Amino acid sequence: MTTEREEQVLRRIDRARRRKARVRDERITLAHGAGGKATHTLIEAVFLEAFDNPLLAPLEDQAVCPAGGARLAFTTDSYVVSPLFFPGGDIGDLAVNGTVNDLAMCGARPLYLSAGFILEEGFPVADLTRVAGSMARAAGAAGVRIVTGDTKVVERGKADGVYVNTAGVGVVEHGFTLGAGRAEPGDAVLVSGPVGDHGTTVMLARGELGIESDLASDTAPLAEPVAALLAACGEGVRCLRDATRGGVATVLNEIARASDVAVVLDESAVPVRDEVRGAAELLGIDPLYIACEGRMVVVVDGARAESALAALRSQPSGERAAVVGRVVAEPASLVLVKTEFGGTRILDVLIGDPLPRIC
Amino acid sequence: MRYVDEYRDADKARALAARIAGLCAPGRSYAFMEVCGGHTHTIYKHGIEDHLPENVTLVHGPGCPVCVIPMGRVDDALHLARQPDTIMTSFGDMMRVPGGRQSFLDAKAEGADIRMVYSPLDALRIARQNRDKRVVFMAIGFETTAPSTAVTVQRAAAEKLDNFSVFCNHVTIIPAVKAILDSPDLRLDGFLGPGHVSTVIGCRPYRFIAAEYGKPLVVAGFEPLDILQSIHLLLRQLAEGRCTVENQYARVVPWDGNPKALRALADVMELRPSFEWRGLGTIPYSALRIREAYAAHDAERVFGVPGVRVADPTSCQCGEVLKGVLKPWQCKVFGTACTPETPIGTCMVSSEGACAAYYNFGRFTRTAVREATRT
Repeated sequence: MTTEREEQVLRRIDRARRRKARVRDERITLAHGAGGKATHTLIEAVFLEAFDNPLLAPLEDQAVCPAGGARLAFTTDSYVVSPLFFPGGDIGDLAVNGTVNDLAMCGARPLYLSAGFILEEGFPVADLTRVAGSMARAAGAAGVRIVTGDTKVVERGKADGVYVNTAGVGVVEHGFTLGAGRAEPGDAVLVSGPVGDHGTTVMLARGELGIESDLASDTAPLAEPVAALLAACGEGVRCLRDATRGGVATVLNEIARASDVAVVLDESAVPVRDEVRGAAELLGIDPLYIACEGRMVVVVDGARAESALAALRSQPSGERAAVVGRVVAEPASLVLVKTEFGGTRILDVLIGDPLPRIC
Repeated sequence: MRYVDEYRDADKARALAARIAGLCAPGRSYAFMEVCGGHTHTIYKHGIEDHLPENVTLVHGPGCPVCVIPMGRVDDALHLARQPDTIMTSFGDMMRVPGGRQSFLDAKAEGADIRMVYSPLDALRIARQNRDKRVVFMAIGFETTAPSTAVTVQRAAAEKLDNFSVFCNHVTIIPAVKAILDSPDLRLDGFLGPGHVSTVIGCRPYRFIAAEYGKPLVVAGFEPLDILQSIHLLLRQLAEGRCTVENQYARVVPWDGNPKALRALADVMELRPSFEWRGLGTIPYSALRIREAYAAHDAERVFGVPGVRVADPTSCQCGEVLKGVLKPWQCKVFGTACTPETPIGTCMVSSEGACAAYYNFGRFTRTAVREATRT
């Protein structure tokens, strides 16, 4: 039973929530880069405010732009991971796979990439050669070519070795639109493999925790799994998101809000490796918030869930893909978790940043 | 996963839930406070309340160590962080806690050298590696973390690392619980005692709660089955008309605590005559400071801390919310002056605090949430 006074308070909160995003901070803090609430506020209040246009406004991982008769997918991403080299990959793999994946998430076939390097004075050329080699191999594996680029050098201490920016162009060859706003009650939610490997690997690679493990980053291109998924389910695929910063939890919250639906996640169905679970338990972090660099969240028509799962599992390293939840109508814009313990909890967007600079 | 899964078994949870329901007298309601923030986290993360009957409610207590640090102490710490040639070190959870004007994260963005550490010994290592800088460790927490700070200070003294000091904000749990018990309009039927604090202080210090205030207390572990079993033990005491201190977490907590840790604590620290708690006001003898013998490693003596006092707005009613007297929405500043972006009291600082949780999710009733997740 809610009283009149409580109703008043709830209405006031709802009004405050709908108000235009405003950055309260006077300066940029690390939280603005974490992919959570602060990042969203910054993007909406500063960038969307300045650049507003219909192609940008959906704030998807990429823009789909009309060009002649074709539809081009266009995206960019910068990479500042620390350390530069970690088990399973390095900043070069990330820079190619991350941008390829942002293109793939709208169902585009990735074609061309640019590569920009900001180098710190004193950075070993051998390391740069190694990064470039990784980028070439990753581009080959993803079927894209790096066709243009840029190099800048800044004084020692003004950067941390090397930062890489990549932009990518792809072509959308199907006629429908994928997007976070397309989820409908009755849809199924899948993940393409175990979650949290990349973020945990990078954190352990920093050596601050003194934990050893065989864990490796999951960095991988997702264009092939997406093609398989679209071939199997066609327009039944509603939305694809790679679960990078903020992890699966943040992606699901974006989908729930954009589609005005609730997502119910079955915790026991979410694939998490024991190494990731163990590290997360020790540090008090939820694996659902840990970044992946080669895993995606898939929302499909519930009737196509089994074919979507089969398509994902047919892919290399897709054997642990799983149906992890479903979309329901109410309570709209919320992500709920059925816990392994038999309870429920609300899964909020990420606040703060448990693991800075993981990509 | 071993040592984890056996304490999270859903079937055992349902069996315990049935026994809990069986112990509840019809028509009576029960309110238990979990004193420790770690318990609040477990309760929230695993959805433990879904296993409880409607007439059993859990009240979230004052035991979140970062949330109880008053704004003035955060401002003092920021003053230290801004001193020339100074490195401030702290646990990650301290970074977002707002002071009067700024948080650690803001000060870091302005150029202060603030570093996150996982242990005070990491801070000591930084001091060893940076002998030309003054390294301060922002020490926070209850008796759980205080012994590791004490040992670090002992080690700094032994190594004569005179560039290392501690800004001591350690608090003690008993006075906070007593402040809640002394509330004239207290509506609690018992306590889940803080498991980790008890590994250090043991179970004896809680006996007055049962003896003088007539409230049972069960020292509880941090896995979800620990919490359910502790609630079961509390209800059994009430049903049998007993009132005592019990130890559910015996696999970790010795009845007499950890004498070695207590000795280190007594060697390095002493009680402060008074300390301000965010939301609860000033509580006498509720916090620890560094003893004179270790003055060289006490940031308050080394630097001359300004001793900023930022009064909680008088309208903040955190204390009442903590005691279970007021619901979050009944507080005068809730949702207007006090929001998750601009928190005033402890209940809004932590995302799991009663007020922050209500602000974010209050519009969704538990019934709606349960309906949605039903298969």
